[in-house]
Amino acid sequence: MGTSFRKPVAPSQDKRWRIVDATMRRLGNESHALIEALHTVQESFGYLDPDSLRYVANTLRVPLSQAYGVATFYHFFTLKPPGKHTCVVCTGTACYIKGAGKLLHAVEDKLGIKPGETTPDGEVSLMTARCLGSCGLAPVAVFDQQISGLMTPEATLEKVGRWKEHDA
Amino acid sequence: MTPEELGEIAATQEQNVLQYKHRIHVCTAAGCLSSGGDKVREALAKEVATQGLEKQCLVKGVGCMGLCAKGPLVSVKPNNVVYQSVTPDDAADIVKSLNDGPVKRLECVTEQPFFRRQVKIVLENSGRVDPEKIEDYIAANGYEALLKCLTEFSPGEVIEQVLRSGLRGRGGAGYPTGLKWSMVSKVDSDRKYVICNGDEGDPGAFMDRSVLEGDPHRVLEGMAIAGYAIGASHGYIYVRAEYPLAIKNLKTAIRQAQHMGLLGANIFGTTFSFNIDLRLGAGAFVCGEETALIASIEGRRGSPRPRPPYPAQAGLWGEPTLINNVETFANIAPIIRNGGDWFARIGTEKSKGTKVFALAGRVANTGLIEVPMGITLREIIFEIGGGIPDGRRFKAVQTGGPSGGCIPEEFLDMPVDYESLKKLGSIMGSGGMIVMDDTSCMVDVAKFFMEFCKSESCGKCVPCRVGTYQMHELLERITEGNGSAKDLAALEELCDLVQNTSLCGLGQSSPNPVLSTLRYFREEYQSHVEGKACPANVCQIHGAKEVVA
Repeated sequence: MGTSFRKPVAPSQDKRWRIVDATMRRLGNESHALIEALHTVQESFGYLDPDSLRYVANTLRVPLSQAYGVATFYHFFTLKPPGKHTCVVCTGTACYIKGAGKLLHAVEDKLGIKPGETTPDGEVSLMTARCLGSCGLAPVAVFDQQISGLMTPEATLEKVGRWKEHDA
Repeated sequence: MTPEELGEIAATQEQNVLQYKHRIHVCTAAGCLSSGGDKVREALAKEVATQGLEKQCLVKGVGCMGLCAKGPLVSVKPNNVVYQSVTPDDAADIVKSLNDGPVKRLECVTEQPFFRRQVKIVLENSGRVDPEKIEDYIAANGYEALLKCLTEFSPGEVIEQVLRSGLRGRGGAGYPTGLKWSMVSKVDSDRKYVICNGDEGDPGAFMDRSVLEGDPHRVLEGMAIAGYAIGASHGYIYVRAEYPLAIKNLKTAIRQAQHMGLLGANIFGTTFSFNIDLRLGAGAFVCGEETALIASIEGRRGSPRPRPPYPAQAGLWGEPTLINNVETFANIAPIIRNGGDWFARIGTEKSKGTKVFALAGRVANTGLIEVPMGITLREIIFEIGGGIPDGRRFKAVQTGGPSGGCIPEEFLDMPVDYESLKKLGSIMGSGGMIVMDDTSCMVDVAKFFMEFCKSESCGKCVPCRVGTYQMHELLERITEGNGSAKDLAALEELCDLVQNTSLCGLGQSSPNPVLSTLRYFREEYQSHVEGKACPANVCQIHGAKEVVA
């Protein structure tokens, strides 16, 4: 208390830091802005790297351990850069009953990765979601933000396969 | 904003809409979006323009119409024709048919139990108003209840109406809403908060999302009324980050309401001021628990803390805080408009009003329904839901998500209310209802929920952190065919322990799926343990003999 506080300098000249700054400023650079700030970082950069965590923590004057704790506590935040494309398979109850497991296994086998991982060439990330709220159309999967309902393993593989072909 | 202005906006908007001879409503809620609702809307608007009908025909996006299985849904007013499974290619036919009869091949029968048996209070505007237009909401009696509260009622009288309505919390526990309000109102503090819990974490429940997407102003109005009643001037809506459309529509709604002076300082020229901020969740189921949710709004990890003190005494930043669920707030405006007694006439003796259920799983009509409390499960699943498809046999219905239980066929005639469901070993929960047929193995279902609880446990208290892990291990062993009678006994003992010693609701209710399946489907556990076989042929038991289903 009493010591003057100097706002830390952004990790780079990247203009996206201004968006992050704006979020923190809107909430008065208070500690409770932590989650909102991390949301903005992830939305702007795709993931949270150590530099961004340090920057946000220092700006909001919270211990780095707290920022790291929050970033790892919540499933929505990721510390690894995502692949060029993402495939999210919903594993909520309705999708489970309607065979989401089969969708997931099909993609796992095809790409050779587990949920939360990215193919070695950085092309496709596979994720699971707790529930996307489209239970009426179970099972559902999301391909690059586009949500598709009533999926079959074949249709899922077809969509994922198309990414691979395009980039080949 | 003055009361007269509110009336004027309503009248102008109504006229604006009625000047169109035809009005095409396209569902653009998340369910229909995933089957291409937005493209249908574009195609219809384009078709109307090509045929030069812009002056006669209005195309607007609306909230969820309920029957997600048959989406995208389109309804044409004033004739109330509903079309199902519409594709962009159908736009030409729909527009062409406006003046003649309906397009027969697309028609969705509205004279079926799915539509007839529903009673809509929370969802009354869903499918009717454009969620991105505040004027549309005002034309549907929007903000009238807030006006009535501020000009005719004292805060005590507002609480009196909510008490009389008998409304109970729709988030799951069913605590009487009026009592909660009066508790917070009695605490002496000049800083109080209203929080709307929109962290709909139960997999299989999507009613809150539908309300937030299709009728966001309804929730804002309910929160403002609550603020007036308890003496708060600030509110937070906590919404899951997984619901981008709900977030977008809420942001628009808050901005519009502020712009019109329906939120902000001196609402309707009174001394009452109220503001609402949006906070995003980040994918933690435990944040549905109120103290964890408060921690999350404060920017911390979502760990619950022991209660008391309850949030009503010491909540957000240590101040008295009222937390209600989205659906609870959505019930407030109609209660004020029509009176608490009107609401209390619907439902059963102890559970008043209606409840929105998300019907999913192995049932023909998946989607969102609103029914009066006291309706039986059979009516919901076999009349409204249209029964089990593919000639399969009903096995169980799961209510209440990971905190609930599975109810077997013999209890299908039980009325749906808080007490009856609890007696059956399940809970009302937020209203997810997942129907299972004979292709589901109940042990595997229990394992599925335990896996969920295990990974969602925040890790603060030992019974939940270690107990859910151990229970999951035991269930894994049983489903792999390596379980013994001793494992079953250990499982039951652990259920009892975790239920009674966990810190928060997540842990306390996590054994429910296991306990209820043990209670009603014990023979399935036994065939896994003793016969080393899975009757539903779901579990991969090594070297097991095939069972003829």
